[in-house]
Amino acid sequence: MAFIDYYKILGIEKKSTQSDIKKAYRKLARKYHPDLNPNDKEAEKKFQEINEANEVLSDTENRKKYDKYGKDWKHADEFDKAQQQRQQSRKGYQGQSSSNFSESEYSDFFESMFGGRGNRGGNVQFKGQDFHAELHLDLKDVYETHKRTLTVNGKNIRLTIPSGVINGQIIRIKGHGGEGLNGGPKGDLILKFSIANHTDFKRDKDNLYATADIDLFTALLGGEITINTFKGKVKLKVKPETQSGTKVKLKGKGFPVYKKEGKFGDLYITYNVKLPTKLSEKEKELFNELAKLRSK
Amino acid sequence: MSKENLILIEPLCAHYQVEMSLFSELQDFGIIEIITIEDSYFIHEDRINVVEKVVRIQKDLDINLEGVDTVLNLLDKINDLQTQLNTAKNKLRLYED
Repeated sequence: MAFIDYYKILGIEKKSTQSDIKKAYRKLARKYHPDLNPNDKEAEKKFQEINEANEVLSDTENRKKYDKYGKDWKHADEFDKAQQQRQQSRKGYQGQSSSNFSESEYSDFFESMFGGRGNRGGNVQFKGQDFHAELHLDLKDVYETHKRTLTVNGKNIRLTIPSGVINGQIIRIKGHGGEGLNGGPKGDLILKFSIANHTDFKRDKDNLYATADIDLFTALLGGEITINTFKGKVKLKVKPETQSGTKVKLKGKGFPVYKKEGKFGDLYITYNVKLPTKLSEKEKELFNELAKLRSK
Repeated sequence: MSKENLILIEPLCAHYQVEMSLFSELQDFGIIEIITIEDSYFIHEDRINVVEKVVRIQKDLDINLEGVDTVLNLLDKINDLQTQLNTAKNKLRLYED
């Protein structure tokens, strides 16, 4: 591992006091803290470095070792013990060596420095950054539950998108965000649905609203019309003397209710009575007769 | 009232090594909502992330709650702007390709 100049990282001098170290660390931490720099890998790395520098330099013992051994400071204990052993050998002590440090012990030493065993309060585990993404869908897409593959930061994520998702709805997919720091858990993927409506229906939660044109005669005398629903065409009986603007409810013909399988909202149809235009002479005559009848 | 998706505050205090008063203050700042059921205090599990963030920012950066609240608001704004920027970039890409 390359030598890291902790003083340089914190922008301080070798003779700096503990207060200087604390001040420098706080200043840099405020700048590079992962919570203040979401999705910024560079800041995350920098924060790790300054955290490491602070861990070592703010601890008087570790700082001494670092100042004494420089780039080899991590092996300070090993050097000291070896030195002690040499002194002991010179004094004629034999016996089994108990100070052969294995790789795993180096690792323990390193961990004790950087809190891998979690014995220092300052070395906090960080959950990885949450990734934010927006998924653009069409209203027709969310009428039925379907699967979709998303590419987030180069990784493919296969998602099941439940029917009935609402425009602007946010879902959190655990563990698909950035990598955690110091062994912390991965962040989450926060997905916002943006649903465009290119249909003739207006959606309000689970209910759908539409207008249906009916001719004057159907409105007056009643009849049957065919209307479009999301599931296809349905026939609808129009009562005699239906006024323009009358609203009828088609139960269960609305939008699927989110995460309630088999449950649907309602479809509301508002009638729009279309009056005939370009009347023939005969029609005008007959309407006049009707008008006379009504005025009597 | 159902306790589903709610988390007791007391063990959270022990876990994050913070006082109960922090949660009350967070409620005063409108950051969390404390729910009382049968003399026990809960928060919704969705707010755990925010509480964790507050504790980290407070401890690591030595910032008081007023500062943390400001930071959270600014982060929200940055997040919104980032989303808008990404949407705009995606739209621009349509014309560039």
